[in-house]
Amino acid sequence: MPLRQQIFAILISIGIFVIIIELVRKRRLREEYSWLWLLTGLILFVLAVWYDLLLTITYFIGAGLATSTLFFFGLVFLILINLYYSIKISTMANQMKDLAQEVGILKSEMKKSVKESESQSVKEL
Amino acid sequence: MEKDIVIIVPAYNEEKTIGNVIKGIRDNIQSTDIVVINDGSTDMTENVARKSGASVINLPFNLGYGAALQTGFKYALRHGYKYAVQIDGDGQHNPSFLPSLIGEIKNGDADVIIGSRYAGGRGYDAPVLRKIGMKVFGIIASFITGQKITDPTSGFRAINDRVIRFYSTDIYPVDYPDADVIIMLHQAGFRIKEMPVDMNPSLTGKSMHSGLMPIYYIFKMMLSIFVTLLREPIRDKT
Repeated sequence: MPLRQQIFAILISIGIFVIIIELVRKRRLREEYSWLWLLTGLILFVLAVWYDLLLTITYFIGAGLATSTLFFFGLVFLILINLYYSIKISTMANQMKDLAQEVGILKSEMKKSVKESESQSVKEL
Repeated sequence: MEKDIVIIVPAYNEEKTIGNVIKGIRDNIQSTDIVVINDGSTDMTENVARKSGASVINLPFNLGYGAALQTGFKYALRHGYKYAVQIDGDGQHNPSFLPSLIGEIKNGDADVIIGSRYAGGRGYDAPVLRKIGMKVFGIIASFITGQKITDPTSGFRAINDRVIRFYSTDIYPVDYPDADVIIMLHQAGFRIKEMPVDMNPSLTGKSMHSGLMPIYYIFKMMLSIFVTLLREPIRDKT
């Protein structure tokens, strides 16, 4: 790998690292999600520093060029991340539905009991 | 007073019809609790329903038909009702069949009574594609449950307290609960029975099956039935 490419890749991965840590520090990103992104940065870093590993993987999966290996795994990674988000969204949609139902039921019960206590106090007067 | 029964009416922007639906229910059964689940309507559904004498549960935003219905089941569970009847707020279901539906569920021969448009050789006018869809899912449901299901999409049903509890859990599919629910109920060991009813064409003319929805519906139902069969049957624990 040409030196320029290598330096560029290393800079990018360091950049990702710094941004993630900063987001977690400011509590904009929950620790729960950050490991995924830190892992991404780490893999990028390892591949940039250790070019032979990339070549080995390329040979192993039978790809023609080292770059297509990168693109392929990049795509797979994005798909997996999207799947992960779909799962999270499904969970949240379910929780939100439960909450909304609960709010609706509780509100109607509250209204009823307020009415009852009002009529009670009217009677007492 | 028949305090062990609750009539659940899910409604989304039904101000034109909800009043008549509630009046129709009252005309047929004088003293039962009616609860309208107002599914984030933007019109006067809530006021009309309240004026007609129903209790109203307002959902903070639109959750969709199945989730609105489930709200009613959860309400029924909390308040310990023995039976629940679901009837649509758009006037499609004829309330004059309520007494026989309730009589049938109280009989105790079945845990779920489904009001069917087709049972007993009756007919119902629906667009051709919908008819085919209902037929196909009816055949699938009949095949799996081993009993004749003529109207799997009917939203006019009566259930007992065991099914109320079953419906209140997370297993209830909230987007289009119909044929897959029947199969789920069957897997869980509940007894299902159909009863002939008449239905009107939806008065408001709006249907949840419009645009691209039928395609999604067919896909969802197929997938839902398929995974239901793959799952371990959820046995009723009572």
